[in-house]
Amino acid sequence: MHHFIIVGILVIVMAILTYVGLDGIGLMPVQASAQAIPIDWMFNYQIMAMSFLFALIVVPLVYSLIVFRRKKGDTSDAAHIEGNTPLEIVWTVIPLFAVIAFAFMGAKSLGDTRRVDPQAMVINVTASQFAFSFEYPDYGFTSNEMYAPVNKQLLLKMTSRDVIHSFWVPEFRVKQDIVPGRFTEYRITPILEGVYKVRCAEVCGGGHAGMQSFVEIVSQERFDSWVKERQAEALAASQSPEERGQLLASSYGCFGCHSVDGSLLPNGGPSWLGLFGSQTELEDGTTILVDEAYITQSIMDPASQVVKGFAPMTFNGTDAGITDAELADIIAYIMSLK
Amino acid sequence: MKKFYNSALARGLLWQLIGTLIGAGLVTGIRALMGLEALGRFGFSEPAWVFGGLVGTLAFLGGNGVVSDWIKWARGIPTHDHHEDPPGWEKFINVSLDHKVIGIQYTLTAIIVLGLGGTFAMIFRTELAASGLQFLNGTQYNTMMGLHGIVMIVAILLGIAGMMNYLVPLLIGAADMAFPRLNAFSFWITIPAAIWLVSSLFLGGFDTGWTGYPPLSARAPVGMQMFFLAVFVVGWSSILGGLNLLATVARMRARGMTSFRLPIFVWASIATSLISLTATQLIGLSFQMVMFQRLFGMGFFDPAKGGNPVLFQHLFWFYSHPAVYVFILPGLGIISELLPVFVRKPLFGYRWVAMSSLGIALVGFLVWAHHMFTSGMNEYLRVPFMYSTLLVAVPTGVKFFSWVATLWGGKITVPTPMLFVLGGIVVFLMGGLTGPPNATVSTDLHLHDTYFIVGHFHDTMFGGFIFPFFAAIYYWFPKATGRRMNEFLGKVHFWLMTPAFLVMTFGMMRIGLLGMRRRISDYDAALGFDTTHLVLTVAGFLIFTSVLVFVYNLFRSMKKGEAAAGNLWNSRSPEWLVPSPMPAHNYDRPFEVVGEPYDYGLPGSKFVEFAKDK
Repeated sequence: MHHFIIVGILVIVMAILTYVGLDGIGLMPVQASAQAIPIDWMFNYQIMAMSFLFALIVVPLVYSLIVFRRKKGDTSDAAHIEGNTPLEIVWTVIPLFAVIAFAFMGAKSLGDTRRVDPQAMVINVTASQFAFSFEYPDYGFTSNEMYAPVNKQLLLKMTSRDVIHSFWVPEFRVKQDIVPGRFTEYRITPILEGVYKVRCAEVCGGGHAGMQSFVEIVSQERFDSWVKERQAEALAASQSPEERGQLLASSYGCFGCHSVDGSLLPNGGPSWLGLFGSQTELEDGTTILVDEAYITQSIMDPASQVVKGFAPMTFNGTDAGITDAELADIIAYIMSLK
Repeated sequence: MKKFYNSALARGLLWQLIGTLIGAGLVTGIRALMGLEALGRFGFSEPAWVFGGLVGTLAFLGGNGVVSDWIKWARGIPTHDHHEDPPGWEKFINVSLDHKVIGIQYTLTAIIVLGLGGTFAMIFRTELAASGLQFLNGTQYNTMMGLHGIVMIVAILLGIAGMMNYLVPLLIGAADMAFPRLNAFSFWITIPAAIWLVSSLFLGGFDTGWTGYPPLSARAPVGMQMFFLAVFVVGWSSILGGLNLLATVARMRARGMTSFRLPIFVWASIATSLISLTATQLIGLSFQMVMFQRLFGMGFFDPAKGGNPVLFQHLFWFYSHPAVYVFILPGLGIISELLPVFVRKPLFGYRWVAMSSLGIALVGFLVWAHHMFTSGMNEYLRVPFMYSTLLVAVPTGVKFFSWVATLWGGKITVPTPMLFVLGGIVVFLMGGLTGPPNATVSTDLHLHDTYFIVGHFHDTMFGGFIFPFFAAIYYWFPKATGRRMNEFLGKVHFWLMTPAFLVMTFGMMRIGLLGMRRRISDYDAALGFDTTHLVLTVAGFLIFTSVLVFVYNLFRSMKKGEAAAGNLWNSRSPEWLVPSPMPAHNYDRPFEVVGEPYDYGLPGSKFVEFAKDK
């Protein structure tokens, strides 16, 4: 009997130590959204259950290994105990109820993350290999970075131009896949100002690791002034082909792979700076002048003329449905980058 | 060397090469005549590679002779019931119908493939040791990571097939499996599949990971198709192997072996085979649909043609979740089988443990969508799948409690196989405890597709398969060879692998919670994960080294191991009551089951009684 008492005490001590230890090292990133609160609440109970069950199995296992070792020279078998049906029923039924209770708590915390605010601000998110773009329909512009005011529910209506991506800001906890051909919803209420990053969490090709954008949560005043700046830019852009081209390039996700400052992005293509009018060597060894015809061909049929040292472009203008007018604007923009 | 050139393996490989060239050439010719593009980026065009691969697979099977008896029967030519194997090692590279030879063929292939999968892991683990891209680009990284996944899955399928083939007929007193030729076929079909799997590396790779989700997989290079083809072919092995095992257990048990006197490993094998017989079709189907989408423009998962990418995930996980129970149930069976021997006490609650395997297999069919909580499937499906998934904890808990109760009050010895059994319990416990947060929708929204999941399932795979697999090899090696493996090297293997492995998975879970995504070739240095990743890489290399120690021990012990012909572990199981190595047709005299399998400590009790000599 004393074995049971010792093990019982050790299990309790071990469970408390494990929980305190896990809780103490800080398992989760900061809570930056209202939705993170019910999720962390749930996770805390799970850590408690884990700590207890860990102790419940490991303590008697290690204890048995130390105490119930075969003595030297003893060749007899141990006591013939085949089982104990009431005990088996106990450790089937109690876990069954525990599991149902945890599932109920899980459903409740899920419900808390899904609370709908009808006043939520809508942002249309378009994902493509390997960039996010954010359209603010209420204000009429598109951005590469997400800006949002603190303490206001955001409703992200998300779709993809190509493959499946996933929207995840660890500080917000919630994650939602972005599926081509349909819209998925992501509701979040940021509660902490700061600069975060959204990172694609569903493998989407060779450049998946680098698919990320800044998410800045700011005060309402700063957000309003940011909106004004963007609107002014959009207005200016609507007047010249180059600026329109820049916005188009941004919304088609071109900057996920092509820089405009001469640098090379990971798994990306050539920089657009000084591209127009330059001589470039192709995969088959021929050298070609970068002119309007070449750029048009490269966008609309990327596999046909691949620049030496680069993989064929994953974006295909024909599939993405770029119009001739849009193409002309984008080329005008590229021409302006000298 | 000459023995190799004359072997069925070499013949099959040659035929596979010829068949592939013929098949691919045929498609190339037809395409040229039709005015289509005849050649592609990798020599042949994509349809030519796929068709060539299919013809090559069939040519392998025709060329190595595993189907020749069936062809003879079809033509009305009688064949021998048994084929005698030649003595010596060459029987392992020729077609044998003996379940023990096939079991060893499976096991050795599993170890080779395991080494291959481990090598891929070492390559990308080295890349991840520091932030920034070192020597792989994104697509190469994704290919390595995807191949690591699928190659390990194939290794596990081969490993459990090895254990079940070798052990189940011995444990139930059968002379062989119910369908010996089907058994050989199930083994040999995995060889061309393994070759296609590795070939994808040279055909542009695939950047999707092993799950191959469209639309990404519909755009990936030709390597994707070879991956699909390989998985499709391996699926046949699983389905036929499961069928064969169920027929064997149903029809060929020794006299008196009623269902609750079956050795517990046989119960686990039944549960596993039920899943592989009935669920494997779905992964073959889902991959075939993507193949057809690429080859024939069928728009199953193409939104532009009205298809639905999420449908693929349902089909895929309907197999691929039950599949994880295929991977772990035999291993958990090994743990339950070996514990009583080394504790010298009956398995606590034998019937409950047996039924828990079936319970896990059954509930396992109802939980697949927990892989899809963030996928954008119907929101209202998420909560029911959370309930069903968490239910798996109940039968799994029964196993843990029963194991601990078996240990309690025993007379425990800890030689190498028992070390791996105990390691398996602890590591599987880590996997089990970290499961419920992934099954709970709200917390999974954070955990999905992070390193937390990576750590969790490596715990379940190591605890549920790798540790018990090593335990089984250390334990039954004397039965197969008449020699035992070196104890010291076995302990070095264990004490190198286990701490390194636990550090690795804890590290993975830690950074996963803090924001480390799965399947990324690089991570932001600003996240501060560099040190942890370096530790993970070092731990990975320690595990790899420990397996090299194991392989050295395995081959050294075959020739130089200490002789062990008798009942080395003092077991009650019938295979240990006859001398090692096991004779070609198993038991010379049939046995009858007269007692319970695990009645250690009951004086005068017997599990089996051999028939008297006439």
